[in-house]
Amino acid sequence: MSEHVPADLQYTKSHEWVRSLPDGQVEVGITDHAQSALGDLVFVEVPLVDRKLAAGEACAVVESVKAASDVYSPVAGRVVARNEALSQKPELLNSDPYGAGWMMRIELDAKTPSAVLLRPSEYQQFLKESE
Amino acid sequence: MGLKTPLYDTHVSAHAKIIDFGGWDMPLHYGSQIEEHHAVRRDAGLFDVSHMCAIDLTGARTREFLRHLLANDVVRLTIPGRALYSCMLLPTGGVIDDLIAYFLTESWFRLVVNAGTRAKDLAWIREHAAAFGVDVRERSDLAILAVQGPNARDKTAALLSAAHRGTALGLQRFSAVAVDSWFLARTGYTGEDGFEIMLPGTQAPETWRALVALGVRPAGLGARDTLRLEAGMNLYGNDMDETRHPLESGLAWTVAFDPAGRDFIGREALVRARKDLGPLLVGLVLEERGVLRTHQAVSAAAADGSLGEPLGEVTSGTFSPTLNRAIALARLRPQPDGRVPQPGGRVLVDIRGKLYAARVVKPPFVRDGKPLVEIQ
Repeated sequence: MSEHVPADLQYTKSHEWVRSLPDGQVEVGITDHAQSALGDLVFVEVPLVDRKLAAGEACAVVESVKAASDVYSPVAGRVVARNEALSQKPELLNSDPYGAGWMMRIELDAKTPSAVLLRPSEYQQFLKESE
Repeated sequence: MGLKTPLYDTHVSAHAKIIDFGGWDMPLHYGSQIEEHHAVRRDAGLFDVSHMCAIDLTGARTREFLRHLLANDVVRLTIPGRALYSCMLLPTGGVIDDLIAYFLTESWFRLVVNAGTRAKDLAWIREHAAAFGVDVRERSDLAILAVQGPNARDKTAALLSAAHRGTALGLQRFSAVAVDSWFLARTGYTGEDGFEIMLPGTQAPETWRALVALGVRPAGLGARDTLRLEAGMNLYGNDMDETRHPLESGLAWTVAFDPAGRDFIGREALVRARKDLGPLLVGLVLEERGVLRTHQAVSAAAADGSLGEPLGEVTSGTFSPTLNRAIALARLRPQPDGRVPQPGGRVLVDIRGKLYAARVVKPPFVRDGKPLVEIQ
């Protein structure tokens, strides 16, 4: 099965994506591979605005009919916005994981070095190896 | 690599996500579990349940044997083709399996048992059948299709000859009839009307394709689970097992204590258990957004809404696509006043360390396409 891995994003091995925004903040969500593996999503819990996150910290939960999964923050920083639409329409994560299904925006903590993120080709390679 | 039904290749070519279920490679869904669920509630869905096991029992004393083997009483089956739901118990009252028994002739009954329990079921049945001179035959040559939903019967009948169509559509609920090479039963596990078709495995792929061509949508085990839970039906292994008896599994209605002289396996244990105030299986509806899951802890809510006495746990939980809310079956102990929370009562469920309010309801949650519980 081939899954969509946009070229302008960075990725984690726990299947989150990171988009760098022009103002230096980042947008975070889960990948097409993650939504496809989880199946129909029915509940999403995103962190409150202003919450401070460490890189790798479990900060959100996505639940499909089948199971609940943690989402880990790919970066250290402060939550500045969260996608409120997901509480009523969790299926946006299935239909548009890189767009309308975004989960949160984070202002990076300048003092903390960011975690190692994967380039699209590296993430694709990782998916191939973990098949 | 697990066991495969005659429809395995059909599922793979329809891009099914295949999972292991009780040692069988079975379709979980064909793309969207929720759309498959809605198709069954609103139109017609098609399930491969050939992993379940049909067992033919033959011999002059078959009825007498089943009156001993099963907690429900096949004496109720007086018209050929009629079916009965029952538990098969250990002497302790623990549930070996739940099954459907079909009465065909005085010397021929058919049982359909669960996939995950078929080996132990067959061993148990054979062990007890010998004394009654009953022959036990596993019908692994048969495939089983379930066609379920408000339009399921009409669409299925369209595949039959004109002569048999009337017979099929005239079939009473919980009855079966032989038409051509099919054993056609108006039974199911979804809370919708429909048929279960037992037919030679060799004919299954062709019949599957014909039903799909008539607009019946393939549905996987994922939708089967959300449908059965909405219908308030137990799943063996979740809601009952060998450590739990039917009275604490919401299945008291399936135990025939009368007549008192009928000596069925497990009777003594159940007669004793009936005197106790034991745990009961109740329905829960989550009042907030979230998903109920098996093994989540359930507690009483104190008057101020804080955490009260532990009551038990969720035995089956899921998100209900019809109600757009999480629902569950939960086994709850009586509170100090001797009562298990009643429908309308409120309890607290621990979901990943946080407490969520849930309302106690009487299952089923949904039947024949209609919600039976109020969502606030």
